[in-house]
Amino acid sequence: MQQWTLTETIEKLQQKKISSVELVKKALAAAQKQEYLNAIITLTSEQALAQAKEADKNRATGSCSFLGGIPVALKDIFLTTDVRTTCASKILNNFIATYDSTAVKKLSEAGGISIGKLNMDEFAMGSSNENSSFGLVKNPWSFDRSPGGSSGGSAAAVAAGIVFGSLGTDTGGSIRQPASFSGVVGIKPTYGRVSRFGVVAFASSLDQVGVLARTVSDAAVLLQAISGHDVHDATSSPMPVPNYSRSIESGVKALRIGVPKEYFSTGLQPEVAQAIEAAIQLYQKLGATIVEISLPHTDYAISAYYVICTAEASANLARYDGARYGLSLGREQGLASMYEKTRDAGFGAEVKRRIILGTYVLAAGYYDAYYKKASQVRTLLAQDFAQAFQQCDVILGPTTPTTAFKLGEKLTDPLQMYLGDVFTVSCNLAGLPGLSLPCGFDRQNLPIGMQLLGKHFDEPTLFRVARAYERETRWHHTHPPLFSGI
Amino acid sequence: MIEFEAVIGLEVHAQLSTQTKLFCGCSTAFGAPPNSQTCPVCLALPGALPVPNEKAVEYAVMAALALDCDIQAISEWSRKNYFYPDLPKGYQITQFDKPYALGGGVEITGEKQTTRKIELVRIHMEEDAGKNIHSENGDYSLIDFNRASVPLIEIVSQPQLRTPEEAAQYLRRLRQILVSIGVCDGNMEQGSFRCDANVSIRPRGEKKLGTRVELKNINSFKFVTQAIHFEIVRQEQVITSGQSVVQETRLWDSNAKLSKSMRRKEEADDYRYFPDPDLPLLLIDSAFIDQLRRHLPELPQKKLARFVSEMGLSHYDAQILTDDHEVAQFFEQAMLHYHAPKTLANLLISQVMGWMNAHDQIINKIKIAPKDLASLAKKIDADEISGKIAKEILTEILQTGESPEQVMAKKDLIQIKDTSLIEAAAKKIIADNPKQHEQYQAGKIAVFGYFVGQLMKATQGKANPGLANEILKKLLDEK
Repeated sequence: MQQWTLTETIEKLQQKKISSVELVKKALAAAQKQEYLNAIITLTSEQALAQAKEADKNRATGSCSFLGGIPVALKDIFLTTDVRTTCASKILNNFIATYDSTAVKKLSEAGGISIGKLNMDEFAMGSSNENSSFGLVKNPWSFDRSPGGSSGGSAAAVAAGIVFGSLGTDTGGSIRQPASFSGVVGIKPTYGRVSRFGVVAFASSLDQVGVLARTVSDAAVLLQAISGHDVHDATSSPMPVPNYSRSIESGVKALRIGVPKEYFSTGLQPEVAQAIEAAIQLYQKLGATIVEISLPHTDYAISAYYVICTAEASANLARYDGARYGLSLGREQGLASMYEKTRDAGFGAEVKRRIILGTYVLAAGYYDAYYKKASQVRTLLAQDFAQAFQQCDVILGPTTPTTAFKLGEKLTDPLQMYLGDVFTVSCNLAGLPGLSLPCGFDRQNLPIGMQLLGKHFDEPTLFRVARAYERETRWHHTHPPLFSGI
Repeated sequence: MIEFEAVIGLEVHAQLSTQTKLFCGCSTAFGAPPNSQTCPVCLALPGALPVPNEKAVEYAVMAALALDCDIQAISEWSRKNYFYPDLPKGYQITQFDKPYALGGGVEITGEKQTTRKIELVRIHMEEDAGKNIHSENGDYSLIDFNRASVPLIEIVSQPQLRTPEEAAQYLRRLRQILVSIGVCDGNMEQGSFRCDANVSIRPRGEKKLGTRVELKNINSFKFVTQAIHFEIVRQEQVITSGQSVVQETRLWDSNAKLSKSMRRKEEADDYRYFPDPDLPLLLIDSAFIDQLRRHLPELPQKKLARFVSEMGLSHYDAQILTDDHEVAQFFEQAMLHYHAPKTLANLLISQVMGWMNAHDQIINKIKIAPKDLASLAKKIDADEISGKIAKEILTEILQTGESPEQVMAKKDLIQIKDTSLIEAAAKKIIADNPKQHEQYQAGKIAVFGYFVGQLMKATQGKANPGLANEILKKLLDEK
């Protein structure tokens, strides 16, 4: 069999050239074979097979929904009632939710079949997927490298061909950076586009649900399934959802692509710079106008981001107190002991670091210097983008300064790890949509990612620009040796 | 000796009478089995998100309108962070530096009927916490989250109250306003209306404020007066003994009748307030405010003025009737059956409310209907019963719940209008009292009252007073 994309496989299913049960069995087999990647925390074989049978039955009677029984997988941050949600944390070990997250519900209604819950950095805090109480995830391209984080499992499972697509969350690059490191497509839509209801919160004003897939068109189809207003999320947008596939093949003629000069300063790996330069030339050839733009406050984005996300996290994670669910220790010795022992044993080092940092930046006497200042920077960054988008339709740059780093390399230096998020965090701070797609390989055969940033709710242009590049290149058809796609 | 003056500010938490909680659809009904009114949102399960209850915002705006506040077009929800088991999220959603209402005030009546406006600093919306229930032996504690996320408004007064009595009056007026517009049931026992007080003292004439102490848990009008009085005297004792008042939070113990230190300033929590990223800014547009303003029920002060100007009641009576929203409602319902403000007001104030006070009852629980009160008033005005009989009938109704007619029949209180019966009784009385008869005939008209009294006594008060007067006069003048 060929290596079908999700969009192709939907057609094959409709033509009855393959069944959902066959697809799910293949996915489960691949998951087991590649268990060593550690991309999956909980494999849900039985549920997935049962749903596949149901999907096949429905197809036979003509009542099949549009994804029609395609195997996918979920970052273990999405609440599911039939299987535990761990958020890769000991504090939620064996926690079974009493309700399903809206995104999962929508994906399931559209006919997506989840084969399991994917590994991640604990509470989505990290850029390497090394902060997981279930162990690190390996990059399918090179086992001693990080697949990126925090949606490392989501990226690795797609890159390894286990599933056609996966759900992830992106707070400061957690979909785009692993997509870049693992050589897949990842999109974080506009803040408010996908409901956050039932998604374990890290930093509420930045968290956004998105998808990872092998191709741009696949990502468009998956995002279509989960987008839309949700009455359970006051920050979700009532804007109608356009058809993401309709104009996807329209090309880039007459489109203006902005290239921020600040994204090409020092610290960029030369091969990454070359790959992006080549992409710019290709776009020019395809008829786009390249505009040099400036995002002058880029240098402050990382600091502002780590102040705001830790502040929000310090409050969001206060609910894990051992009183109602999840891990609970030290109850016998009283209240203070319950709090201390539960939270000490339940949270990993990075989560504790961020809770402490966040508590500090909100403390009386420090609030103005940190949280308030960061909020002001956030406004300035949003203004940068608003001005830039008067000159261009989409912004292009590298997703990350380097390709995938070695596992363990930055674990002892959190600041170095944080600095790697320089190109991805602004997009979250401004609430804009961002997409990463493969645009080449470095000398060590590690994938390079290109990032496209769009105007609020202008996902259609992102898909269209990304697809125009993808159509002319073969990167998305280049898979790691272990790839077990269909 | 130095004369001190107290400076008192009150923070009142009023529960809004919505059917559902502030950020989820759970019921707010009081007294349900523990944790039966909870959901992922108010239990703070992972991934759950708050969605503001529009009705709660509406009620909050109505309260702000009734209290003459400046309603803010843009306000903000904030998180107040602290750990406590009854606070499931580990933070309370409240409003901090951008509350929805600023300013406003409550009028109180000072000595010599002068009115004084106690200004408000602000009102903000927030969610309530759950309730911890501790086992008697201290072995364990249980948490009931039914109350978690029930909508509250916190009304903060300026420190403009000077005596415990003023504070209690302010509270009564505030409660009366909120209850009258239907946004709060005002039930202090169930915690729908709670009060904390900030108290400091300073030498009279001094401008600078003294060190302030926050009093918590003063949840009845009686406790408010007691606790504040206790605190003022306690602070005077501290200062006159040469020490200084410590800034702290004290808890009123209504059984021991004293306050105990709960925590000192240096132990105070840093709540690390910041805007809640789960909730967009709260926008209240002027059309919405205008619409609520147009439909705002009559406020107690307006009602009082109307009772005086339109019904001709005295200010004193009107004040009593409008003090309690339910009493005013009862009065106005009775008026629909019989339009006699003065008779009804007299009956209601001196008889019904007198009985209620003596029996510790509230108007909604008593056994007389407005219609029956109206019927009694009508009988009085038509001279069918005397005031004394009316009181007797009322007392019976209040105890048994019977109608006035039933009581009158049962007690044989139907008025005697038969002139021959009255005449016979009158003749006997004149015959039995020759000395008074002589005095009357000698021109001592005042003795007439004596004969009326005797006649009423002889007929157990049932003789129609008009007829009794007429017949007696005729007989006495005859001879």
